Amino acid sequence: MDINLQALFAQLLVGLINGSFYALLSLGLAVIFGMLNIINFAHGALYMMGAFCAYFLLNVLGIGYWYALIIAPIVVGLFGILLERTMLQWLSGLDHLYGLLLTFGLGLIIQGVFQNYFGSSGLPYAIPEELRGGINLGFMFLPVYRGWVVVFSLAVCLLTWFLIERTQLGAYLRAATENPTLVRAFGINVPRMITLTYGLGVGLAALAGVLSAPINQVRPLMGADLIIVVFAVVVIGGMGSIMGSIITGFALGIIEGLTKYFYPEASNTVVFVLMVLVLLIKPAGLTGRTA
Amino acid sequence: MTSITENAMPVGRRAIRDEMIAFGIMTAVLMALPFTGVYPFFVMQGLCFALLACAFNLLIGYGGLLSFGHAMFLGTAGYVTGHALKVWGLPPELGIIAGTAAAAALGVLTGLIAIRRQGIYFAMITLALAQLMYFVYLQAPFTHGEDGIQGIPQGHLFGFINLSNPTTLYFVVLAGFLFGFLIIYRAINSPFGEVLKAIRENEPRAISLGYRTDHYKLLAFVLSATLAGFAGSLKVFVAQNASLTDVHWTMSGEIVLMTLVGGLGTVFGPVVGAFVIIAMQQYLAGFGQWVTVIQGAIFVICVLTFRRGVVGEIAHYFKRSL
Repeated sequence: MDINLQALFAQLLVGLINGSFYALLSLGLAVIFGMLNIINFAHGALYMMGAFCAYFLLNVLGIGYWYALIIAPIVVGLFGILLERTMLQWLSGLDHLYGLLLTFGLGLIIQGVFQNYFGSSGLPYAIPEELRGGINLGFMFLPVYRGWVVVFSLAVCLLTWFLIERTQLGAYLRAATENPTLVRAFGINVPRMITLTYGLGVGLAALAGVLSAPINQVRPLMGADLIIVVFAVVVIGGMGSIMGSIITGFALGIIEGLTKYFYPEASNTVVFVLMVLVLLIKPAGLTGRTA
Repeated sequence: MTSITENAMPVGRRAIRDEMIAFGIMTAVLMALPFTGVYPFFVMQGLCFALLACAFNLLIGYGGLLSFGHAMFLGTAGYVTGHALKVWGLPPELGIIAGTAAAAALGVLTGLIAIRRQGIYFAMITLALAQLMYFVYLQAPFTHGEDGIQGIPQGHLFGFINLSNPTTLYFVVLAGFLFGFLIIYRAINSPFGEVLKAIRENEPRAISLGYRTDHYKLLAFVLSATLAGFAGSLKVFVAQNASLTDVHWTMSGEIVLMTLVGGLGTVFGPVVGAFVIIAMQQYLAGFGQWVTVIQGAIFVICVLTFRRGVVGEIAHYFKRSL
């Protein structure tokens, strides 16, 4: 078989970038599920809001990419906290499925509102000046921005892992996931932790949105199909482990990239097919814990 | 933790009597509708979606299984029936059988995969499988991609019932709906239905009582898929087309919404919910994407304040079973 290395590496890079979005989004879903017992169907819509936030910051207020990386996750995170305080918190004690239905509805509302004002076409977002151009690595041409997205996402994922698995705050969080009543008995404000966790998960989605704005354009439906793929990623990886989510996310992105090169017809479906295979071979998901 | 269905279901002679009276009223209203000047296309569409929602409700309301991918059965049956009628030139009855059988086969395959996980994962798996089917149909040549199968001939049922006559078609669709509805009603009031409810309430206990719950769940899934497919096949004769809209995840969401509005786990709720949502789409068609926003808002309101749904609330108020 004649392999065009240049094209192969290009697709691998696209795969890695998609993988970083899968990782950031499935990480947020896992953290939220751990604390709230809710699968956040609105995650795709909030990812889209992150991208739009960056777009508004640049085009309305003239605030550039670097500030958007910090401001957009905070703004969308605060919006998430508002949703949690006003709606999601009333679902505790109800069947998990109600959380899925409620957040599905929220996702529809958010996407519908943006579609009304911005249609379905994409709005361009320029790559920041510092990250324009590319480097010739000899075997391939690496656009600087794309390399940056992969490296930065990986760093954020690892930072989140460190926060949850290696710090005092993370220890409280893990304890509250296991047994919220007992942790409350120790005088820790668990409801506030739940709210902040939702804010954190949503903020990660918004951050992914900002990162994707210069690559994928800013579109109201940019998160709608993505979230379904991320669900499949979550089913494959299981939501029990933070590191598991990160690795599964990147790995599936790479596999998708390879499929795009070797058998492009299946590139849309490969993640779903892998999900079927994993369910047949190891029903509990790759990293264990069943729900 | 409360169950997904807050509609308590008293069983016994009075419950059966209430439901029989309600069934009589529903049938009488539906028989009379074409003579009241209501747009028949609208009612027929409503009937197809009502059957679809009833099939979905069999899983969620009685088995506690939330399928977020029921559009794949609707769409699969639609494509197969449409292809059979238009390209193979099969008569309507064989077209319906082919479409329904295709949905049943897909139900067996997807059911075997989806029942391997419970609860929230089940919902995500069915959604992902439906998305897989969406991409398959997007690329498969016989579905004609974005265009869909257009101008499907309606033909003559059993060789002598002319389905291109709207009134005739209406009563054929109504008969199909009532047939499917009664199958579901029979299923939920059978020993099989009782085991399904037991699984919904407490699966480990059902297992410890010796029930092979996976068999029951799979059977319920396949039955639900088959009837959803039957609804999809009927819809082909009404709409005369089969398109990607019917396999998209938004359609799966609408099915969930119809059942939620009408009342999860009620016998008549999905029928009411289907007509409410179809009517809403009809009247708000000029508002573009605001329909999506309104649908989302209904989801939110239903989940936060109205979990029993229209029929569930009525039944609860009168302490009846509907």
